[in-house]
Amino acid sequence: MGTGIFSVIIGAIFIENVIFSRFLGICPFLGVSKKTDTALGMGMAVTFVMALSSALTYLADAFILKPLNIEYLRTIAFILIIAALVQLVEMAIRKLSPPLYEALGIYLPLITTNCAVLGAALLNIQNGYDLFMSIVYGASVALGFTVAIFLFAGVRERLDNADIPSFMKGTPIALVSAGLIAMAFLGFSGLKI
Amino acid sequence: MKNFLLKIIKENPVFVLVLGTCPTIATSTSLANAIGMGLSATAVLICSNVVISLLKKAIPDKIRIAAYIVVIASFVTMVEMILKAYAVDIYNSLGLFIPLIVVNCIILGRAEAFASKNSVGASFLDGLSMGIGFTLALSVISIVRELLGNGTLLDFKIFGEAFQPATMFVMAPGGFIVFGIALAAANALMNKGGAK
Repeated sequence: MGTGIFSVIIGAIFIENVIFSRFLGICPFLGVSKKTDTALGMGMAVTFVMALSSALTYLADAFILKPLNIEYLRTIAFILIIAALVQLVEMAIRKLSPPLYEALGIYLPLITTNCAVLGAALLNIQNGYDLFMSIVYGASVALGFTVAIFLFAGVRERLDNADIPSFMKGTPIALVSAGLIAMAFLGFSGLKI
Repeated sequence: MKNFLLKIIKENPVFVLVLGTCPTIATSTSLANAIGMGLSATAVLICSNVVISLLKKAIPDKIRIAAYIVVIASFVTMVEMILKAYAVDIYNSLGLFIPLIVVNCIILGRAEAFASKNSVGASFLDGLSMGIGFTLALSVISIVRELLGNGTLLDFKIFGEAFQPATMFVMAPGGFIVFGIALAAANALMNKGGAK
């Protein structure tokens, strides 16, 4: 079991990085990666929501959808759970910890449409993880997202000072540099654990 | 009609509005996948646009996003079941990205920006033009990737046996890079057109 957890964590963070090999969550990845500190804030918010949503969607699937034989409603149920969760987390953080809300506030609503959250929830079910593994997997996927967005924000801060042809400015150059980072991440795919 | 065509190009969801990047990169590994994804998303876009436009008076303002998501998710589930029944190959190769059409920002974006304010007919046309724009953009990117990365087009060998495919293009980095360059090309063309 010990090695199982380890390989799930390393696999989700590096080998099958959400952004660079699964292509999930690219919208926020491009949207909030202009500065390293906002990137880190987004990463933290996603990690928090993703660990919670992995647990909740697993429970909903095991105790509501499966017993009632309505697994085909999974997509609808999961997206509603995630949307409601994000809303609740936002309200809770605003009440309990205003400083944290200041830091994360603007990113929270964006998370509902982060396809990595729904993607991880669906992958948990597909991979047949139990409750604990689902949470571990959700958190590791989100950590992978954080690593990717943080690295990328560092690159983009340098890009600001570079002399780029006008038609490549903004998203095009960002995508091409993301491609180059993805190439580096391909190196991890040789890892067998 | 002219407006309709103009919208496909000038308001292209992928190249101009830069929405729906995740499925664009993930499913453009081959032309067949791209068309499958494009048509599925188009079907969902049209249906959800029409239904949301019909319900625009009935949906309370405060929970409209949640209501839109439920409508979209229902159509996505239908598309998923239809693909599973009639096109298993496409279903298998698109995999996770079929349920993820729910969070495709193009669809929610059009529901919020267009269908909730316009008539049913106009919303239908808007869904159709956005869907075609999305399918076209996906096809363009996938043609480049499949040709360079696999040497094929819809599984036909184009370059003959001697061609050494650059597998990089069907893998993750190729997706980002081809998309980036396509976006730059679209930018360059648009600026030229706009300057006149």
